Amino acid sequence: MPASSSWQTAVVAAIGPEASHAKTFRLRLTEPRTHRPGQFYVVRLTAPDGYHAQRDYSVASSPGGEDIEITVEMLPDGEVSGFLHNVVEVGDVLEVRGPVGRFFSWDGATPILGLAGGSGVVPLMSMLRLARRANRPDLMRLVVSVRSPADLYYADEISGPETTVVYTREAPAGSSRPVGRLTAEDVRPLVESDREVYVCGSAGFCDGATNLLLEVGVDVQRIRVSRWGPTS
Amino acid sequence: MVTTRGFIGRQRSSRDPRLPPGQYDAGKDWPVLHAEATPSIDTANWTFTIDGLVDTPTSWTWDEIHALEPDRYEGAIHCVTTWSKFGMTFDGVSIDTLLEITGVRDEAAYVMARSHTGYTTNLPIEDVVDGRAWVVWDVNGAPLDDIHGGPARLLVPHLYFWKSAKWVSGLKFMAEDEQGFWERNGYHDHGDPWLEQRYQGD
Repeated sequence: MPASSSWQTAVVAAIGPEASHAKTFRLRLTEPRTHRPGQFYVVRLTAPDGYHAQRDYSVASSPGGEDIEITVEMLPDGEVSGFLHNVVEVGDVLEVRGPVGRFFSWDGATPILGLAGGSGVVPLMSMLRLARRANRPDLMRLVVSVRSPADLYYADEISGPETTVVYTREAPAGSSRPVGRLTAEDVRPLVESDREVYVCGSAGFCDGATNLLLEVGVDVQRIRVSRWGPTS
Repeated sequence: MVTTRGFIGRQRSSRDPRLPPGQYDAGKDWPVLHAEATPSIDTANWTFTIDGLVDTPTSWTWDEIHALEPDRYEGAIHCVTTWSKFGMTFDGVSIDTLLEITGVRDEAAYVMARSHTGYTTNLPIEDVVDGRAWVVWDVNGAPLDDIHGGPARLLVPHLYFWKSAKWVSGLKFMAEDEQGFWERNGYHDHGDPWLEQRYQGD
């Protein structure tokens, strides 16, 4: 991966709200590179005295454009997420490196099922966008678990025949499914084929989702997991 | 060096000198990052094997490895995703103790660690000898959880933590270096946190 391992600069081209604690940043790369959906970029912040902090952020946009988009959740006391949310403005320059992470990436051809908890939807959104752009909605099944409608990323775009949204605490008016955590019944109808399964979210979500998948008969070898966030 | 407009960073008058560059103190949290479904491995089925370029390839069962001289690591661990944790205590057995039993052939220069899940990671031999690596089963006085690699994991605390293979099943000693799972996927072959060897090319 020598090409993608060098740092480059990116200009912040747009910043928009994405959900109650999330913003999407459009970054214009100096050296545009093609990513596979599911890959991430490293963002590095450097202080005048050389101190730096870096974090990995999944690409939300589909491959092929001049720009990439990342969606950043504001974490309590988050050094990097807080700076991106509160200080960064359009026109600022950030150092980035990527794309990184081939394991959780998608080839754009294999039928897949994605299970996302909260901010874990970001890399799977890149996959959904690619499937739709290729006019192959059959390639993608996506289940997104969020606490409430205000926590749903890409709310204007994500709905569609590929997508099931599960609300755990508060559902929109008229929702037929009772609120509650993801269940085997949510997942079972979607695992009928030989889809590869991509699970992304907090450690707790990933363990719960993985157990549901095993319960409904998915081969463990077909499950890829990308987990983030703290656990005690 | 490209500085970031407006970025000062956290208060650093109190920055811990034990923190390698680019790392933050995760405090009481112990983040979990792995690419596989978390396995649940019964200690009755757990084994640890040393093979490859050794004089006496050997496998230990759970009871057999616990019968060896115990050893302990106390200190920090560092993850490539930029968190570090201090004051960790891991109990297990030193790799040195295991190599006293198997011997190591002179031509061995690299090690491939492997897990019961199929995960692999590569290390130079000098990073697993002379009191720098362990097979551990207890953390801070309690058995390792499945999500942290229980019932036993490799511990190589001076390297980024993806080298400390969870659910470890063995070490293979080799003459030539081969890449493991994350290394084939772009991570560094060595992984020294003080040199920020995160990705290939660092």
